[in-house]
Amino acid sequence: MPTLSMRIGTLAACAALLILGGCATPFQAPATSAVKPEQLAGALNRVSWGVNQSTWQQAEKLGYDTWLDRQLHPSPAVLPPAAQAQIDAMTITQKPLPQLIQELDQQRKDIDKISVDDDKKSAQQAYQQELNRVAKEAAARSLLRDLYSPNQLQEQMTWFWMNHFSVHQGKSNLRVLVGDYEDKAVRPHALGKFRDLLAATVRHPAMIRYLDNEQNAANRINENYARELMELHTLGVDGGYSQRDVQELARILTGVGVNLGSAEPKVKKELQAQYVRQGLFEFNPNRHDYGDKEFLGQTVKGRGLAEVDEAIDRLSRHPATARFISRKLAVYFVADEPPPALVERMAATFLSSDGDIAAVLRTMFTSDEFARSLGRKFKDPVHYVVSAVRLTYDDKVILNTGPMLSWLNRMAEPLYGRQTPDGYPLTESGWASPGQMTTRFEIAKAIGSGNAGLFKTDGPQPTERPAFPQLANALYYQTLQKTLGQPTRQVLDQATSPQEWNTFLLSSPELMHR
Amino acid sequence: MKRRTLLQSLAALPVATLAGKLWAAPASKTRLLFVFMRGGYDATNLLVPISSQFYYKVRPNIAVPKPGDDLNAALPVSADWGLHPALRESIYPLFTIGQVAFVPFAGTEDISRSHFETQDSIELGQALDGTRDYRSGFLNRLATTLNADRASAISFTDQLPLIMQGGAQLPNMALRSIGKPGVDARQAKMIASMYGDTALARQVRDGFVVREDVMKEMIGEMDAANRNAITAKGFELEARRIAKLMKDKYNIGFVDVGGWDTHVGQGGATGYLAGRFEELGRGLAAYAKEMGPDWKDTVVVVVSEFGRTFRENGNRGTDHGHGSVYWVLGGGVAGGRVRGEQIRLEQNTLFQNRDYPVLNEYRAMFGGLFARMYGLDTGQVERIFGTKGQDLGLI
Repeated sequence: MPTLSMRIGTLAACAALLILGGCATPFQAPATSAVKPEQLAGALNRVSWGVNQSTWQQAEKLGYDTWLDRQLHPSPAVLPPAAQAQIDAMTITQKPLPQLIQELDQQRKDIDKISVDDDKKSAQQAYQQELNRVAKEAAARSLLRDLYSPNQLQEQMTWFWMNHFSVHQGKSNLRVLVGDYEDKAVRPHALGKFRDLLAATVRHPAMIRYLDNEQNAANRINENYARELMELHTLGVDGGYSQRDVQELARILTGVGVNLGSAEPKVKKELQAQYVRQGLFEFNPNRHDYGDKEFLGQTVKGRGLAEVDEAIDRLSRHPATARFISRKLAVYFVADEPPPALVERMAATFLSSDGDIAAVLRTMFTSDEFARSLGRKFKDPVHYVVSAVRLTYDDKVILNTGPMLSWLNRMAEPLYGRQTPDGYPLTESGWASPGQMTTRFEIAKAIGSGNAGLFKTDGPQPTERPAFPQLANALYYQTLQKTLGQPTRQVLDQATSPQEWNTFLLSSPELMHR
Repeated sequence: MKRRTLLQSLAALPVATLAGKLWAAPASKTRLLFVFMRGGYDATNLLVPISSQFYYKVRPNIAVPKPGDDLNAALPVSADWGLHPALRESIYPLFTIGQVAFVPFAGTEDISRSHFETQDSIELGQALDGTRDYRSGFLNRLATTLNADRASAISFTDQLPLIMQGGAQLPNMALRSIGKPGVDARQAKMIASMYGDTALARQVRDGFVVREDVMKEMIGEMDAANRNAITAKGFELEARRIAKLMKDKYNIGFVDVGGWDTHVGQGGATGYLAGRFEELGRGLAAYAKEMGPDWKDTVVVVVSEFGRTFRENGNRGTDHGHGSVYWVLGGGVAGGRVRGEQIRLEQNTLFQNRDYPVLNEYRAMFGGLFARMYGLDTGQVERIFGTKGQDLGLI
């Protein structure tokens, strides 16, 4: 079981030292990484969604340190035209979210007017199918970016934060909202300041709705969001807050809600200046508890939405948050049980850089601990599927993400599909069951044989552009081959066809790790 | 995290013996199949409150008629209750020989009436008013409590459901539709050999063994299909497959059945919901039959996240409610009757003037049931459910 426990003592000590200039120095020139030249492919495999020939060639040309720097501070991504065209054709790209919501809402209301039962049932099915289709577009867009964006780290961090601030698309109409949540709230801040990221999730209708803050009003408190905001999003379960803090934070959050329609609520005259509407986000002063609150040992003056900003400030800059987030990043990128000393250095960077995510990642990526851990982290299903397709087809853009989405379903890690707010596990124990392994080998065979359907479009007139996997390439012979153990090499030598060779390589223990 | 010890012996076996049945029948003869009707089924039309005038008044279009000669009438259970006629050929015969009990007013204290939250609540099986461990379902805790000597649990689903997640690593394999695996026996052997001494060696081998066993169990099925015999479909087919595996290898199983969220045109004695009942009933009866002599040691529990509104809505359907009716089936079940705390159903006894109250809280009820089935002590029940068990005399 992953432990979320934190030991704040040492961190606090380090933070104190910082003031005296004794701990890690925050804004120094980029440190050179501890990654040795022969570890290049391994490091790329970890920092990106999986090494492939073009990423490897690019990093060789730039040098790893420069490549890493560009990953940490990316320019706007330009996707290959064939991938961008697929995204451009999507409804979620073409229609602004408010319009999409309104159209779907109208479709739902029209169902109520139907009087014949069978017609009503099929209209409801059509409505549900449309919600499913829109959510599937968001997932497809996300996968295309994972596969082909030059900003690989930003995309990996987008998944990480989507999982950290997890929402489940099955609730209410979240299927329409998840794409916007990922694109507008999470991705822009994935490598930015943690405070901005946290604030963006607090103001997104997907999160507000998912954790029931729409139901949270003065004298009718719903604690759900307040509790998860501290337990899962910031301080961690042992982060030193009390049930009283949960209740007080819930009071602070009263009035934070969602307004998907065009009508605005009637607000008491004296509070009208306090009303806030930004896109689908709404702060309704009528529902807010204007009393003072005692939150984390300090008084928060009752004054409206500004209280929420104050709470976000405090939570995002809290040492427990620095520690909790740093450890989770290290679990994701280094080891299931990350070295405590590394986590402490990351947490110190977090505090000294005011929660600069890229700075914390740099501390981690340039560490000896990171270099030593390469090739040992078990891939979760998303990493397995994305890295296998990246390695197999490099920059030859697939035409259909459908097979990948269905593999992720089979392996129980679909995008936006975690039912509970804690996100998917990031450790091996969550994903290495016998059934999981067998399924991976089936997927390896589907990809390795070249008939997985990745190059066949959906729709009434599907077109297929067969593409044979390109696994035995320069990347393989110059680097990957050297990392394979004797048992894997022996099996590869016994393959009776290129398809089988691909299947074995994609099934090997080396390809299950990153 | 320890896998079941009966699988641990596999690690020592050479890969060449991969195929075939490698492990003996489960250590505990007691078997438990947990069936989750996802969507909140209309329990009121399953176990019909035939003595309630109010029922017939507020369900003018969808009520099931009182027992009588008509084929569409409810099947007699007691003075107060009748059973939906769609179960005439499947569940009712088992009920009359005392192998089925129904527990009305069963469910959770969660009153969100949200599918999502209430399903989670039930699967977690933890008190609502405390910090909950979102990665620990109660069937996993049951398996952990019984430990590897007595429990070999599996979920017959594509994803490992919350109820099966937790400290013990449990396998899952959906049996709804089984395709021929792409990786053939030779390739499986070679893949396993790549994992030689790695930490994943056992999982890889176990996975191929489970797959092999499932395929072997299914060969008979395919033979029958080839002889143009009438083959089972839908849940019946799935339930038979589950029985075949649970006879030989697994003693705790989980499966879910969907399609119960009947807001519109659900029908009465016939119609949509009747069809769903018919399919479920046929499947459970097939499971009982397939278990053969082992049926006497088997308990099947059928649950749903909540019941539905007592009144029909404007669309001849029903909306999300609260208390439900749980089913308990098995060769050793003290059935043939309706169990647990009950009240007369009238307008003033409804919960929030809307639906069934919960009088038989599910954690206490299952705690009591498991204590009887497995001889668990109070401490063990409390570790699983965080509460004392309540014995409803189900076995």
